[in-house]
Amino acid sequence: MNPAAASPVFAVAHLSKSFGGLKVNHDVSIAMAPGERLALIGPNGAGKTTFVNLVTGRIRPSAGTVRLGDEDITRLGAVARVRRGLVRTFQVTRLFPDMTPEEHVVMAILQRQGRATRILARFHGAGAAADEAADILATLGLTEVARRKVVEIAYGQQRLLEIAIAMAQRPKVLLLDEPAAGVPSTDTPLIERALERLPASLAVLMIEHDMDLVFRFARRVTVLAAGELIFQGLPADVARDDRVREAYLGSYAHAGR
Amino acid sequence: MQTALSIALDAFAYGMALFIICIGLSLTMGLMRLVNLAHGAFAMIGGYIASYAARDLGLGYGYGFGIALAVAGTVLIAVPLERLLFRRIYDRSALSQVLMTIGITFCVIGITNYVFGPTLKTIPLPADLARPIDLGFRSIAGHRLFVIASGLAVAGGLWFLIERTGFGIKLRAAVENAPMSRALGVRTELIYAASFALAVALAAFGGAVGAEFLPIEPYYALRYMVTFLVVVSVGGAGSIPGALAACLLLGAIDVTGRYLMPDFGNFFFYLAVILVVCAFPRGLMGRAP
Amino acid sequence: MAQASAPMAAATPARDLGRDLAGLALILAAGLAGYWLFPDNLSFLTRLISVALLVLSLDLIVGYCGIASLGQAALYGAGAYAAGIACLNGVTEPFLLILIGAAAGAVTGLLMGTVMLRAHGLPQLVLSIAIVQLLHEAANKAAWLTGGSDGLAGMVPAPLFGLFEFDLWGRAAYLFGLGLLVAVFVALKLLVRSPFGMVCRGLKEDPLRVSALGISAFPVLLRMFVISGAVAGMGGALGAISTQVVGLDSVSFELSANALVMLVLGGLGNLYGALIGTVVFMAVEHVVAAIDPFHWMTLVGALLIAIVLFAPRGLSGTLDEAARILARRPRRAGP
Repeated sequence: MNPAAASPVFAVAHLSKSFGGLKVNHDVSIAMAPGERLALIGPNGAGKTTFVNLVTGRIRPSAGTVRLGDEDITRLGAVARVRRGLVRTFQVTRLFPDMTPEEHVVMAILQRQGRATRILARFHGAGAAADEAADILATLGLTEVARRKVVEIAYGQQRLLEIAIAMAQRPKVLLLDEPAAGVPSTDTPLIERALERLPASLAVLMIEHDMDLVFRFARRVTVLAAGELIFQGLPADVARDDRVREAYLGSYAHAGR
Repeated sequence: MQTALSIALDAFAYGMALFIICIGLSLTMGLMRLVNLAHGAFAMIGGYIASYAARDLGLGYGYGFGIALAVAGTVLIAVPLERLLFRRIYDRSALSQVLMTIGITFCVIGITNYVFGPTLKTIPLPADLARPIDLGFRSIAGHRLFVIASGLAVAGGLWFLIERTGFGIKLRAAVENAPMSRALGVRTELIYAASFALAVALAAFGGAVGAEFLPIEPYYALRYMVTFLVVVSVGGAGSIPGALAACLLLGAIDVTGRYLMPDFGNFFFYLAVILVVCAFPRGLMGRAP
Repeated sequence: MAQASAPMAAATPARDLGRDLAGLALILAAGLAGYWLFPDNLSFLTRLISVALLVLSLDLIVGYCGIASLGQAALYGAGAYAAGIACLNGVTEPFLLILIGAAAGAVTGLLMGTVMLRAHGLPQLVLSIAIVQLLHEAANKAAWLTGGSDGLAGMVPAPLFGLFEFDLWGRAAYLFGLGLLVAVFVALKLLVRSPFGMVCRGLKEDPLRVSALGISAFPVLLRMFVISGAVAGMGGALGAISTQVVGLDSVSFELSANALVMLVLGGLGNLYGALIGTVVFMAVEHVVAAIDPFHWMTLVGALLIAIVLFAPRGLSGTLDEAARILARRPRRAGP
């Protein structure tokens, strides 16, 4: 049933988190193979944000493990996880307002190369890094605005920049936290095209509300409701699942049948 | 043993005087998110008015009248300042708030010195408070007992106001979510102005009754600015028990240090501050940010 | 600065270099003009340079990393006392004294950063105050080392390059200080343009984004504290060499607060702002405080209120704004 079970690049097992008596995530297990495109969906309040925080190391789980490749990273902090190749984008863009897209991408490249905090070096005109940044920005159609301040570019372009930064980090596993949130529907094709160009070997976990995007992007869907995984399977099957219908539509789920 | 007891009583009274002044600042910082370094300036204005009323007016109304006038007068001075200056920085960065309120402090010091001169001002105590009072095991200056009682009354009254009254609920709501509170019909501007006035009134009251410990002179506002800020931050902004604990702890360390090792000055006070803040970065009883 | 009006031309290396050279020429010209115009006030001008180094060091912490500090004089005072004590104990070579000041400032910066970076926001600000006050009390108490409330006096540095005496007119001290300032300014310009400097700016704007890039904030900020300490320590050492006294006021809350006022007056996160703020503040203080120190306080207070209300980006930011508006109208092509 689970194609990733053999040699997962990323796996969470029995992950739980309680705040006081409230179980926000309960016994969540997901495994991903390299190159996988998995979408995590769920109604508001299902515990998606907590799940992201648990996976990225912003909060500690009450129980369960997070593994990246062969390594147990449950006890590692957020920065250490990024360095091992678990990279995320943000639901609400987190960018440096006074810097340019080029500067963002160059900083990510320099960090990947272990040169991001050098003092005796120049940031601008850093040869190879600048060329690579230009390539990445071109792939995402951001060349035009590469040297404008982030505050001056459109929101859709800022979302693309989030993806550009993630690509520059060359992750093993990429967590996309609602990549289309807040983007006008006319611009969602831009995001979609960017996602299609992600490296084939990269495992991508997308958390998303926009079902059209989910169906086009994901090859496997998992549904989180009230803190528990209630469905894992093919996108085509998700709408037919009784528990999913109930989670989204409540007691009306059966009325329509 | 005798020394230890008198140190303890002195420290307790000093801590309570600090508390009366600082609790207003703790509320403005914790509930209104305003870093008001000019708080000490309001305490100083209160002290000056009390001193002026008790000494220079010569009406013989005495200590209580002087203090009442200090509180009323200081609030009267603070209200236009709130409308003109403070209201514009409620939602600005902490750095902007620090800078503007330091600016206000400097202005108050300069103007006070121009009007009243650089000398120390005393507030004469009535005979009842100047006398020592026998507690059975020790005698204590009546004034210190008065300060302790005032401090306890302020703590109890404030706790009741914030936790148990409609005003307290509205204040906490306005702090949590101003737009939502406005939508629910809470007049947040009025609530903010009222709590600001309350904080200023407490500062003035503390400045007047605490003048025995923190003498009134033009540099008062700057000299104790740091002490007040430190106390609030150690206690955790916005917490009444936290402020009380911080005042008693730091008051005890300060007074004991001065008794036992006078030539070290404030060394142990600041050492304690560094240790406490490092151990409790959000204050002894701070609310989570 | 010009990014807004000409975004595509921003930050090209050649343009940066041209602007930097012009800025340096301007600093040198202003420094030398001071030398010729105010030959009787050179000791004041040297003190101004010494404080300018302090304000520059504060800009690294506040303006580039976004950490508010009201205790920067701890680093300045450490440098001043270290240089003063070394000089009284026979180390009189001026360059060596500056290096000793820098080292003392750097070590103090390391300690101060280690303590301050444990907290955030208001408690962090309070820690900065507590540290400078603690050092102040320690310097006062350790009279055998620091001279206590009398301070250190009677330092006689060796002649500069073995040729120019640090005499009563302070010509050697001033030119020495001006050279030091220019050297430090160049170094800091390179620093803020380095990858490290960019990460610091990032930490100021959004620490969460920086951690999502896989960069730990603590070691970066701690290094900035050490660098800032070295710069402030050099300022302190220069003050010790030129005035030949070191007093408790060099490690005080008042000096720290004044440095912050100067920085904000000039504009944060912009090395020129630190210089402009220092010059304007100290020049006006020199004139007004001589008349009545309390009038000076009132004036500074009013100035602070006005900056917060009307010019939150300081003098340099306001000048930028004015320059941008002026540049927009005639629509001239860039150089």
